[in-house]
Amino acid sequence: MAEVLEYNEDVLIKEQGYDDHFHDHHHGDKFRSGFISHYIFSMDHKIIAKQFLITGMIWAIIGAAMSIVFRMQLGFPEDSMTWIKPLLGKWIVVENGIGTLAPEFYYALVTMHGTILVFFVLTAGLSGTFSNLLIPLQLGARDMASPFMNMLSYWFFFMAGIVMFYSLFISTGPFAGGWTAYPPLSALPQASQGSGAGMTLWLVSLTLFVVSVLLGGINYITTVLNLRTKGMSLWRMPLTIWAFFVTAILGLLSFPVLVSGFLMLMCDRGLGTSFFLSEIFVNGEALPNVGGSPILYQHLFWFLGHPEVYIIILPAMGLVSEVLSVHARKPIFGYKAMVYSILAIGFLSFIVWAHHMFMSGVNPMISNFFVVFTLIIAVPSAVKVFNWITTLYGGNIRLNTPMLFAIGFVSMFISGGLTGIFLGNSAIDIQMHDTYFVVAHFHIVMGVAAFFGMFAGIYHWFPKMYGRFMNETLGKIHFWFTIVGAYAIFWPMHYIGMAGVPRRYYSFDSFDAFNDFALMNKFITIAAIIVFAVQILFVINFFYSIWYGKKMKTKNPWGATTLEWTTDIKPGHGNWEGNLPTVHRWAYDYGKDGHDFIPQYVPAQEGEKDVH
Amino acid sequence: MATDTALDHDIEVQSGDAWDGGKKPFKASYGKLMMWYFLLSDAFTFSGFLIAYGALRISSPTWPVPDFVFQTFPGGITGWPLIFVTVMSFLLIVSSVTMVRAVQEGARENRKGVVFWMILTIIGGLGFLGCQAWEWTNLIGHEHMSVTTNPFGTHVESGVYLEDANGDAYAAGATKETFEAGESYLIHKHNGDWVQREYQVTSGTDEGTRMNQEFGPKAFGALFFFITGFHGFHVFSGVVFLIIIMLNAASGVYVERKNGYEMVEKIGLYWHFVDLVWVFVFLVFYLL
Repeated sequence: MAEVLEYNEDVLIKEQGYDDHFHDHHHGDKFRSGFISHYIFSMDHKIIAKQFLITGMIWAIIGAAMSIVFRMQLGFPEDSMTWIKPLLGKWIVVENGIGTLAPEFYYALVTMHGTILVFFVLTAGLSGTFSNLLIPLQLGARDMASPFMNMLSYWFFFMAGIVMFYSLFISTGPFAGGWTAYPPLSALPQASQGSGAGMTLWLVSLTLFVVSVLLGGINYITTVLNLRTKGMSLWRMPLTIWAFFVTAILGLLSFPVLVSGFLMLMCDRGLGTSFFLSEIFVNGEALPNVGGSPILYQHLFWFLGHPEVYIIILPAMGLVSEVLSVHARKPIFGYKAMVYSILAIGFLSFIVWAHHMFMSGVNPMISNFFVVFTLIIAVPSAVKVFNWITTLYGGNIRLNTPMLFAIGFVSMFISGGLTGIFLGNSAIDIQMHDTYFVVAHFHIVMGVAAFFGMFAGIYHWFPKMYGRFMNETLGKIHFWFTIVGAYAIFWPMHYIGMAGVPRRYYSFDSFDAFNDFALMNKFITIAAIIVFAVQILFVINFFYSIWYGKKMKTKNPWGATTLEWTTDIKPGHGNWEGNLPTVHRWAYDYGKDGHDFIPQYVPAQEGEKDVH
Repeated sequence: MATDTALDHDIEVQSGDAWDGGKKPFKASYGKLMMWYFLLSDAFTFSGFLIAYGALRISSPTWPVPDFVFQTFPGGITGWPLIFVTVMSFLLIVSSVTMVRAVQEGARENRKGVVFWMILTIIGGLGFLGCQAWEWTNLIGHEHMSVTTNPFGTHVESGVYLEDANGDAYAAGATKETFEAGESYLIHKHNGDWVQREYQVTSGTDEGTRMNQEFGPKAFGALFFFITGFHGFHVFSGVVFLIIIMLNAASGVYVERKNGYEMVEKIGLYWHFVDLVWVFVFLVFYLL
């Protein structure tokens, strides 16, 4: 029905595009000279994106495997774990032929699972991958503003990973005081086994990680502002770019504050200062530290920590907006409202941090303000949710894997967002804080949802990255098992949490009231193992498809309007061979004037109305 | 053909807009913008420190009086409150002025001028670092302040000392030293031992009680060394970069690059930022 608009891409881009004199400077691609400079120390944003993605996937497997081990402990506390001793070694204590997980290592696993997933997978793996891949491609730029700093950004992340990975193997084990690293447990090496060398390495690793985030973030912001191609005004940018842009700003402003906290923590650990310590006894011995405040650390940490959850979820929101619009063949509903809600979420994320500290002894009067701002975040979030649903309404929906994951994201975001309204109330938080209700809430809303956004992005942009498609059947199996499995894992946790079962506990033997949940815990563990297995299937699909997937025949397989689909199937460094495309319209002209879609580089047609 | 009409009929919705793409919206190159964003993030790190300073200071019952703590001057002079830090701050601020001149000469494409004014800036930076080194040496070596011990205490009531500055009985005929509430004191080390002088309170509810000088809030020493150290580290790295860029400028590399003396401008931004941070550090440690 939809008549295809006639336009000649070659003419519009190669002849009438924007000549930035890129190819005058060097003939051929000087960056692609050898294997090492092309694949290892690459300055090409597309390769760096793949590096972030694959490193993130490796970390995701490690982090998820850890969760399986501690879920085994929670689901089957009576059963022997001797079989896993070859992997975990001394952390499985065998007595009378029955192997049990060492409690210290349980805490280390919980801590590492949080740290790895939050920072290495959902920050670096998600934002690092897609900001790098899409910002230059969708804006019509040759590369990032500083390809060299971009390369450093990846290698700082890599070094952070090496240090963290090393800490898993030291004799006292990795840090075991929770991913938030609250002092005094994190500040006193003698406080617990994991607080020694494990914590030192944890701090070093995360400081390197922050350097990586800052190098990346400065690049993303500058690229978005300065390197847009001709015609790409801010209001024509795809929502992905808006999301990455605001994400980078959040990172730029919040991570430095975390660093200031970390540096003070290092002094407390190494130099004997008392920034976060006051009047403490360890093993009956009084410490000389006085005058510090552990709450101060919590403030500095959560000033990063809260924006951090939006650093995780905003890129996923951006990816989902784009995928939903492309595969529903409809313009995104309420584009400007979407942008304003991203900006509003970004702003509000800086003034809600103390809702993580309602039970830390914060003045209840001050809590009131944080409650109000926290609940206001529900407004832009709801705007986005309604806009996604309205985008789907009446759309010509293609239910392929990226679309399924994008819809799954919306479902997860609603389910997890609603419980956020419970937790944002300081009065309800008295009952709920530090229970499995919190675990269920944040896993659904920023864990699973962000993963769904990431999967939608990977399935959708895989052809752009590797010139091949991922296997659709395996993708659908992946989706259905993951969404059903994720709800099977986290839905019951709400009930457990409402009953008051605390998180991070190794076992509930001594609490009669919590024994009723043994069966539920078994169920959760089994579901977690199945979901984990399905993710392995995804990884197999991913690597199989890189080499053996269905080949991409046309440049623009999804019929998308954005610029990344105008490059060659396997673009070189510099992205466009000749001129850069010039942009004449916004990114969401789907189903307009009877045309299925009109790419951004097509000039306004005669008599065309509402050219954005 | 739709294509032809499309080309002839080019309706641009907006044009001439700085945000339209294909231009630099702030009329600043990406390199300069990146420096600005880095400085923004660095400002947040320093804000984190200064907020920590504020939080720890208000939770502490007393705080040493800066006029008392910073009253020494090289040559064994004491009793000159804030004079030395004035010299130090003056050096840093003047080095910002010379930096401005270097950037200005850069805009005029005057290589010799750039190098000359950058050398003056480097001298100013080194002078500041030298002053800071002396100040730290004095505090650590002579006044025995460290990150864990703060010998600068403050009296909360008036009183009279019952022993002399070395912790011995007063010499015959000596008048007893008195002090007012709010006055700061330094606990000296005498023969390797701290001398916490005994005194009798002469005001308030505790009137008549005998007490010994207490050490001041630990946070003072830790915060002072930590924050001025972090700032000094910034100055030090700034000097290193200034030297590198000065040598580059002298070698004529920037003339070949045809982007003027942009590197000089970028390090200038950084240098002014370090200067600005000092204003805040100066404010909280030396004035408040």
